[in-house]
Amino acid sequence: MSETPAIELRKINKRFGPVHANKDIDLVVKKGSIHGIIGENGAGKSTLMSILYGFYHADDGDILIDGKKETIPDSKAAIAMGIGMVHQHFMLVDNFSVLENVVLGAEDSQLLAGGLFRARSELKRLEEEYELRVDPDTLIEDLPVGLQQRVEILKALYRSAEILILDEPTGVLTPAEADHLFKILEVLRNEGKTVLLITHKLREIMAITDTVSVMRRGEMVATVETKDTSMEQLAELMVGRSVLLRVDKKPAEPKAPVMEVSNLTVTDSRGVQVVKDVSFSVRAGEIVGIAGVSGNGQSELLETLSGIRRATTGTLKIHGETIDLSTSTLDAADMRGKSMGHVPEDRHRMGLINSFTEYENSILGYHRDPAYSKGLLMDLATIKKNAVAEIEKYDIRPPNPMLKTANFSGGNQQKIVLAREIERDPEVLLVGQPTRGVDIGAIEFIHRRLVELRDAEKGILLVSVELDEIRALSDRVLVMFDGRIVGERGANAEEGDLGLLMAGVDNSPSVQGGMQ
Amino acid sequence: MFEDFILILDSTVRLSTPLLLACLAGLYSERSGVVDIGLEGKMLGAAFGAGAVAYITANAWLGLLAGIGVSVALGLLHGFASISNRGNQIVSGVAINFLAAGLTALLGQTWFRQGGRTPALPEGGRFTDVTWPMAEQLRDVPVIGPIYAELLSGHNILVYAAFLAVPLTWWVLFRTRFGLRLRAVGENPAAVDTAGISVTWLRYRAVIACGILCGFAGAYLSIAQGAGFGVNMTAGKGFIALAALIFAKWRPASAMLTCLLFGFLDAVAIRMQGQELPGVGEIPVQFFQALPYILTVILLAGFIGKAIPPKAAGIPYLKERS
Amino acid sequence: MTAGQLPRWVDLGLIPFLNLAAAFLVSGLVVVLIGENPLEAVQILVWGSLGYGEGIGFTLFYATNFIFTGLAVAVAFHAGLFNIGGEGQAYLGGLGVAFACLALDSVVPWYVTLPFAIIGSALTGAAWAFIPAWLQATRGSHVVITTIMFNFIASSLMVYLLNGMLKEQGSMQPETRTFEDGGRLPFLNDIFPSFGFGYAPVNLSLFLALAACLLVWLLIWRTKLGFEIRSFGANATAAIYAGISPVRTIVITMLISGGLAGMMAINEIMGSQHRLLIDFVTGYGFVGIAVALMGRAHPVGIILAAILFGMLYQGGAELSFEMPNITRDMIIVIQGLVILFAGALEYMFRPAIIRLFTPSQALKAKEA
Repeated sequence: MSETPAIELRKINKRFGPVHANKDIDLVVKKGSIHGIIGENGAGKSTLMSILYGFYHADDGDILIDGKKETIPDSKAAIAMGIGMVHQHFMLVDNFSVLENVVLGAEDSQLLAGGLFRARSELKRLEEEYELRVDPDTLIEDLPVGLQQRVEILKALYRSAEILILDEPTGVLTPAEADHLFKILEVLRNEGKTVLLITHKLREIMAITDTVSVMRRGEMVATVETKDTSMEQLAELMVGRSVLLRVDKKPAEPKAPVMEVSNLTVTDSRGVQVVKDVSFSVRAGEIVGIAGVSGNGQSELLETLSGIRRATTGTLKIHGETIDLSTSTLDAADMRGKSMGHVPEDRHRMGLINSFTEYENSILGYHRDPAYSKGLLMDLATIKKNAVAEIEKYDIRPPNPMLKTANFSGGNQQKIVLAREIERDPEVLLVGQPTRGVDIGAIEFIHRRLVELRDAEKGILLVSVELDEIRALSDRVLVMFDGRIVGERGANAEEGDLGLLMAGVDNSPSVQGGMQ
Repeated sequence: MFEDFILILDSTVRLSTPLLLACLAGLYSERSGVVDIGLEGKMLGAAFGAGAVAYITANAWLGLLAGIGVSVALGLLHGFASISNRGNQIVSGVAINFLAAGLTALLGQTWFRQGGRTPALPEGGRFTDVTWPMAEQLRDVPVIGPIYAELLSGHNILVYAAFLAVPLTWWVLFRTRFGLRLRAVGENPAAVDTAGISVTWLRYRAVIACGILCGFAGAYLSIAQGAGFGVNMTAGKGFIALAALIFAKWRPASAMLTCLLFGFLDAVAIRMQGQELPGVGEIPVQFFQALPYILTVILLAGFIGKAIPPKAAGIPYLKERS
Repeated sequence: MTAGQLPRWVDLGLIPFLNLAAAFLVSGLVVVLIGENPLEAVQILVWGSLGYGEGIGFTLFYATNFIFTGLAVAVAFHAGLFNIGGEGQAYLGGLGVAFACLALDSVVPWYVTLPFAIIGSALTGAAWAFIPAWLQATRGSHVVITTIMFNFIASSLMVYLLNGMLKEQGSMQPETRTFEDGGRLPFLNDIFPSFGFGYAPVNLSLFLALAACLLVWLLIWRTKLGFEIRSFGANATAAIYAGISPVRTIVITMLISGGLAGMMAINEIMGSQHRLLIDFVTGYGFVGIAVALMGRAHPVGIILAAILFGMLYQGGAELSFEMPNITRDMIIVIQGLVILFAGALEYMFRPAIIRLFTPSQALKAKEA
């Protein structure tokens, strides 16, 4: 077709200091299509979209909107060109109403009344046209995330967006909510809008897009029609070589349970039950995977077991002791004392102090160990010696314990955390998202270490939102949905079967709770 | 007794006026996410500017303008440090308080050679009290008379301006585009930025608004309530205003009530000095002086409601690098 | 912004130097503005503070105060807390010193009183920091605001006490009686007469302050508690993950901070004034903020910054004799400028410096 494309990018480059985030990007997006952009974390997708939305400026290259060469100095200009964006982290004011959020930045005049009035009737029209229903007077903080995202879409439509960019829109959604979103996107496309969908999930690309572009390490490596490609081909393009997650491991030979959780319920600061009556056990010599869409209570489960968060009810049997979690005041240090290691989900926020040196981080959480003290003072020589040993064993690069951890790559940072937690030889290791934002080489290494730890007869509880990772590593899989464990599967669980469970649909007579 | 009470209320109004102006000033700044502990310094700077110019020109209005000018300049400095350079807002506020305290005394001494004070203001250099029509005639009417003649009438124009600023601030905040954006930028600047609005310019406008109102507050001290600038004449009023702002949970109407309460405490303290209270004995005047601070600490502790500041207050805005 | 791109000496040497230089440059402009010659002023200031024994003695006396209040602010900084309450904590510290001295001064020699005075000042100073600390730790009340409030409350409380139960009988002054010899620290002039400190009140507290620097350094960088304090300050979430209790860390840090501020009173009350009097802190608590910022919260930096501010205080006093136009308020202006440039505008020169120091990268980017 010779129709002018909605968006055309030519040789876009963007650098952040030494990082070349976008390299000579070319992209053509057809009008009235759903165009997917897929790539691993850190491939440069978000940067590219931020350039398109005027949030960042390209160092060089051309942007053509509707065939016209444009410069996009700021978001205001992007909005004026009919570009709307739904960010991964919603750009909403929590204590404003839906209406106020929609109007913000498009108020029509100095006084609010007129703009609010127009927005109210316009929202009604959009509701009818796209089936985007949401009460205009509710405060954002009272809305579930699915509806908050809807407000973001409404914001874009209210500004007459013709091109809608969605950045990882399903990360926080349940499968049902995601399906609903996809329906909305299809309606939008049928109305002639152009949709750009940024994601790292292959399944979504296959399900909804017309065309897909693949990014890898800042480069655009391919653009293909979705119907002419396959998940395998895309995955290969994403990672650059045809390795799919597969871990060589013997079947598990589990021994006695090393951790037993019964009837655990956790309530968050808003008073919402986030973990509901969960019971399961982990045995020595097995990896128990917890699958689920993020936000279904897995994070809270890990934090509670590791002593960071308080439980409402429940008991934990570990290290030969039974702990009543509803009354326990044990903190993370106490849990470490019970031979429990913890690789947290978010290493930047939680697992490391990035302004500290590598050797200081290598004892974070274990700093009270008498082995690291001489009298009243800390024994820096011993600490550094241990750090160097871990650096060698885990091939952490650069091999310099004096360097701040901020200066290590994602994979090496994760190895620092993993080394710290594994080398203390815990009976139980809690692991959250061990390979998030980690390059392929390090992923293989980390997976191998976890399996080795299992073979050394330790119990491992693995939480991951990457289904492939769960299936590759786990000897048993528990699926969490809405705070509950809704099913249990063995090592060879079917992907489709787990997917249904993660969506809250139980299609088999499985044992609730998973105590075997 | 009733007369006494009216007199106390009358001085309550006078004493709470500078607090109210400074408190509303802080409200604009903090609602936009810029914490301002430099209210004290801006007020002091404004008091000096107003006192000096009113003395030289014998014109109260020019004095007010000068006060506003000084205060806005200090506000812009705060903005430059905390908005443009993303410096620590508390540190910047502390610096402004010192700068104002030092410079006013230093320049005052250099220019006027009266130990840092400005000379007594000439005729016309002061905002004088405005007597409302019929005030004298109505004075003897029971109840209504004293209220009208003492409490409502007989204040200078800045007092009325301060109390008019309350509904005005409410209207700006909740009924105008600027207000909507101001509140939004204090809660989630990224939302404002992605809506195509400049966070920087919006916050600068907020600190300018803050500067203007602090200018009024300072001018009130030196050329309306007082008759000239005196060294460190704010004497912690900026901090009481800050306490009032927190106490009022960053809301205009509550700000007025809180400032009136703190002004009332001050008025009572002056009135009670050296007087025995039946059954209690003499209450030390220091107790009343400390009471606004004690009340604010109790509020901050969450024992009387919870003071939740604007979510982005104190955090410099930086575009996230994803 | 990406940190750590600059060599260490630039980060720790050049940038702080530029910030300070800017502060003093602007101070010079202020001097010009009031019609005096800034170079001459600097000359007088340096001579007045370092040119002769007594001047040095006064400089060191002030520096002693600033070391204590500077350390107080710095320790809190390491836990990510901003203790603006040094002023009030030091004021209350005076109460502790006075209790010890009034009780013991006529009974025992000063070296027996001293430990009690140290404990007394540290305890009262720490006690005054406790409520803000506790409220921050358990109720999230912002410690900046509560410590400001507590400064004012301290001021009212001390005026009340000194006008009441602490006042010497028959006196009109709001102050305690003068301490006997058992409540007076020896002046350094009496111990080292050869230095010629003259009437300068610099006293043994100077060594106490230096010892406090060493202890703070050990505490922050060499002990488990220091590790926990720094961890909590750098990343509170990670600290909780590491089993570091926020409540315990906040409270202990603030108690140490308040205690250090309180110990300033030993120098003023036991070392120099020999009686507790109203407003003896006169802003020294606030100077601690400037000192801590300038000294980058490191004891060595704090000693240097404290001496510099000691020079400003002493030299400034001389200056106001020689150039009556430059009153002692000039010191407050300089203090404000130092806080502004070394604190709030700390990042101002950074981008330019980064550009200056990474030409190779800019070139490479161009070539690519």
